[in-house]
Amino acid sequence: MAERSFEVSRLPGFATVAIVVFVLLYLPILTLVVFSFNSGPSVAVWEGWSLHWYADAWNNEAVKGATARSLIIATCASALATTVATMAALGTTRRAAFGGQTFIYVVINQPLMVPEIVTAVALLILFGVVKQATGYQGLAYLILAHAAFCTPFAYLPIRARLEGMDLSLETAAADLYANPWQTFRHVTLPLLAPGIAAGAMLAFVISLDDVVITEFVKSAGQDTLPTYMLGQMRRAITPEVNAISTALLGLTVVLLTLFFILTRKKN
Amino acid sequence: MSPAEQSQRRKSTRNGWLLSAPALTLLFLAASGPLLIVLVYSFLTPGQYGNVVWEFSLDGWVGILFTRDIFDGTTNLADAHLTIFWRSVKLSLMTTALTFALGFPTAWFIATRPPAQRAMWLFLITIPFWTNLLIRTFAINEVIRNEGLMNTVLIGAGLISEPIRIINTDTAVFIGMAYVYLPLMVLPLFAAIDRFDMKLLEAGYDLYASRLQVLRHVILPIVKPGIIAGSILVFVPSLGAYVTPRVLGGGKNMMIGNFIELQFGQGRNWPLGAALSMALLLIVMAALLIYVRASTKGNNPHG
Repeated sequence: MAERSFEVSRLPGFATVAIVVFVLLYLPILTLVVFSFNSGPSVAVWEGWSLHWYADAWNNEAVKGATARSLIIATCASALATTVATMAALGTTRRAAFGGQTFIYVVINQPLMVPEIVTAVALLILFGVVKQATGYQGLAYLILAHAAFCTPFAYLPIRARLEGMDLSLETAAADLYANPWQTFRHVTLPLLAPGIAAGAMLAFVISLDDVVITEFVKSAGQDTLPTYMLGQMRRAITPEVNAISTALLGLTVVLLTLFFILTRKKN
Repeated sequence: MSPAEQSQRRKSTRNGWLLSAPALTLLFLAASGPLLIVLVYSFLTPGQYGNVVWEFSLDGWVGILFTRDIFDGTTNLADAHLTIFWRSVKLSLMTTALTFALGFPTAWFIATRPPAQRAMWLFLITIPFWTNLLIRTFAINEVIRNEGLMNTVLIGAGLISEPIRIINTDTAVFIGMAYVYLPLMVLPLFAAIDRFDMKLLEAGYDLYASRLQVLRHVILPIVKPGIIAGSILVFVPSLGAYVTPRVLGGGKNMMIGNFIELQFGQGRNWPLGAALSMALLLIVMAALLIYVRASTKGNNPHG
């Protein structure tokens, strides 16, 4: 039976197109990775294996600064986003439906709907006014902006996890005279932990990848890795940018793999 | 409902709002609220060195479509702006069409793999989906630029003697956008095809339908919500694209996103930039509304 339905679902040419698509999808990325190990200065002509572009990137003060900034922003923003997203997920699931729930849902997911360039322009204007009024030029603007657009990415997996948990264990804890805080700390939180970790990872990856909003919000000398790379692309391209890209790519793949392991355990 | 139950329920609702309050505050401060400021700025007068002067003016909105001649004061259609809008819409539609043409067979292929393999193929689509857009744009740039991999290989093989020069053209932006947004098309299509009952195909073939007829009259109507979702997910970011046209279009082949940035930079016309942003937002909202309409219609029981 299974075999027959499999045969029926075959559409001529589809598998060929799919294989071509996968090749086209990965060929540019693999090229990028391979040429990051090129010993020569070209990103198209192979001259042999070398790690010196990684060494160059590692010793480049601008890259070091941008990496540190990217990591600080992503850490702070994902921590903030995950905290508010966890609270909001607890507030909007597993209770009697209330008026305004849709409103909360729409506001939280709003960054997924508004084009990035529009948010970027809006924050440029707002933070410009605040910067002038307060004189403060630090990283807090970037952290706040990142936390806001990362919140839906943290919220969705946490909410999904919560929806799969019923209230019976919490009720049992309450029956055993645990107060609400104890119940949350010792029952809800441990059960919810994989969802929170998954949400935090997505938020971290999203923050690390952002170009457009960062480009508009950053003050002078506040390049993150992606905006630094965007700036470099105007000049002659060397495999140094490939090396940075490959490192960033590696970090993303590791975090995503962890994300999939965390969310799969649930089933 | 008893009074006790009612008060219990009120308390639950209040807690719901209290727990959501920090997230709502954050998003209002750094996402939704600032949009209102953009709306206000679109009705102000541009300052001489950028920024705005607090005087009401409709010039920002008028400036989207018209230019005022500085010598005789006549108002004309702004051809340069129309070219940019037309390019944005045309490239976004072409990108949506190409990603569908490639994405549909891909999603079908993944959905019809044996269950054990399916997760792997899906993961292969998800990785580029989460990979930095800039890195992917950069990767495709290295392949298609004049001294890039494609030309190096083709010249090396003796197939062409001159490099194919597509970088800094609309074609390059089109290829780049199709490349970076393809996973956004495949994932919702896969979700729709995955729910599709393959027995319907047997029924179709039993009734002597050809493969093409089955595709057109059975498969496509049923997976339509997935097609709409994928198209919106590709069309919306394409229309607001900034990074891909900047890297591959080389400054001249601007799309709306780059045109907006220009107004806040060299253009020094913040109200026009603000009005353009609001116009872009309105178009996107309209597209999302169509999507919501179409997907709720799609929920009706079929047949």
